[in-house]
Amino acid sequence: MAGPATSEAIAAEIASRPGHTNRRSTLVRWMLIGVSLTFLGALLAAPLFAVFVMALEKGWSAYFSSFADPDTRAAIRLTLTTAAVVVPLNTIFGITAAWCIAKFEFRGKSMLITLIDLPLAVSPVVSGLVYVLLFGANGWFGAWLQEHEISIVYALPGIILATMFVTFPYVARELIPLMQQLGNDEEEAAITLGAGGWFTFFRVTLPRIRWGLVYGVILCNARAMGEFGAVSVVSGNIRGLTTTMPLHIEILYNEYNYVGAFAVASLLSMLAVVTLIIKTLVERSGYRRR
Amino acid sequence: MKMVGQREPNVLPGFGITLGFTTFFLCAIVLLPLSALVLKAGGMDWERFVAVITSARSLASYRLSFGASLLAATINMVFGFALAWTLVRYDFPGRKFIDAIIDMPFALPTAVSGIALTAVFAGNGWIGQFLEPLGIKVAYTWIGITVALTLIGMPFVVRTVQPAIQEVQRDLEDAAETLGAGRFYVFRRIIIPTVLPALLTGFTLAFARAVGEYGSVIFISGNLPMKTEITPYLIVIRLEEFDYAAAAALGVVMLSISFVMLLAINLLQVWGRKRLMVSR
Repeated sequence: MAGPATSEAIAAEIASRPGHTNRRSTLVRWMLIGVSLTFLGALLAAPLFAVFVMALEKGWSAYFSSFADPDTRAAIRLTLTTAAVVVPLNTIFGITAAWCIAKFEFRGKSMLITLIDLPLAVSPVVSGLVYVLLFGANGWFGAWLQEHEISIVYALPGIILATMFVTFPYVARELIPLMQQLGNDEEEAAITLGAGGWFTFFRVTLPRIRWGLVYGVILCNARAMGEFGAVSVVSGNIRGLTTTMPLHIEILYNEYNYVGAFAVASLLSMLAVVTLIIKTLVERSGYRRR
Repeated sequence: MKMVGQREPNVLPGFGITLGFTTFFLCAIVLLPLSALVLKAGGMDWERFVAVITSARSLASYRLSFGASLLAATINMVFGFALAWTLVRYDFPGRKFIDAIIDMPFALPTAVSGIALTAVFAGNGWIGQFLEPLGIKVAYTWIGITVALTLIGMPFVVRTVQPAIQEVQRDLEDAAETLGAGRFYVFRRIIIPTVLPALLTGFTLAFARAVGEYGSVIFISGNLPMKTEITPYLIVIRLEEFDYAAAAALGVVMLSISFVMLLAINLLQVWGRKRLMVSR
């Protein structure tokens, strides 16, 4: 390379040095930012915005009166009931699974972790289908259930089971890596000093995993309230009885009641926004996903 | 990192009961129902099973589900990389906000994104009205299905690629540039090799999610048999016809795909970890 002769050449050489921004890298930067934002805008922001615009298309009073519909209220109630059963159960499961996987060594552990994650890989429709095959009229336990007049499929228990299936791994997969990383030392110290198992868990383990737990629980809750495919297969879509909020959206939408459909959708969108806010706050508090 | 080797005898309580509870719960909620599916399909006579899963309508649905999912995952690989790069390397107003809303598709119920996308991309929608005159119909075609699958797969790619871009050693890039390498050369020889395992993992995760997706697709797809009917929707149709055996057979096909995807994801992650070890 010939030595720089003029001051312009020197300036050009300095500008091309690593870490130095020149006009071309600035152009690339703004192009990438532009492309990214356009992509997100069309795919994410526009639809989200559209939910609220469509819901309010006929004004606030139409928006609010759509919640007066008894079927809509029943759907909201059913969604809340389902989440109130599913989320605590899966939280207890998640903590239990994380305790035995993170604190102990045993054979078949990685197999167990894979199996716990399995529902995430299964299509929601298949997740619902398995319960129909198990408890439906022609299913394994179908005849027995009919004899005893117990309904699982096309009723609340089926909705709860299908929701449990799809949200099964959420808490566990958050806690397992976290507890593995934290190690056993503090718990061992507590036990050695004479603390009981429960005491050790509540006073030593829980405070250290609380953010991970919050993280897992809110994601589990968001999925539980929003699940569509699995619940749709087991619910039978009996209006006002077995329709959760997402299923009720489908019914209203297919009846061309767009204000009603998007009004319910706006509630679920707000749930998603709140979930993301809590999630961001948890991350701000220093929690990092592993 | 956790040390592997001899361990002290464990003094912590609760091993038996937690393992027992975990296994029981896992069997009751996940494994027993899944085995019911496999046994139901296994109880069919073989010829009928093959006839169901290779019928013209089924084949058309696989082609659509796979094709649209592959396309969506590829789009996500390109734009997801750009997004992840932008978020890691550049500072611009609203960066933290953008970073937070990447996870929106995880939190947003699929039925909501389904009707919202349909509203936006329909012929009279905000975006659809500009595409329609160009002859691009999005809603109720395979393009709409791809758009929906791109949306739900997007966070998978961004969230797996982001940490990988943070791993790229900037001093290596700087060194290469000092030695006269152009930006494109650096991109091809330093950035891509470091990010590749994460990029492929993200691609596979997005693909796996897309293949089974139901809620966000059925509103925008129109569900025309042989044309815009995805495999999960076909399963629902068979169930509504009370043809449980056919639904189970198609369910087994979907489940097998899930297992292959899980295996691929695990292998990719092992590969990525190994590459990271070597490079350090």
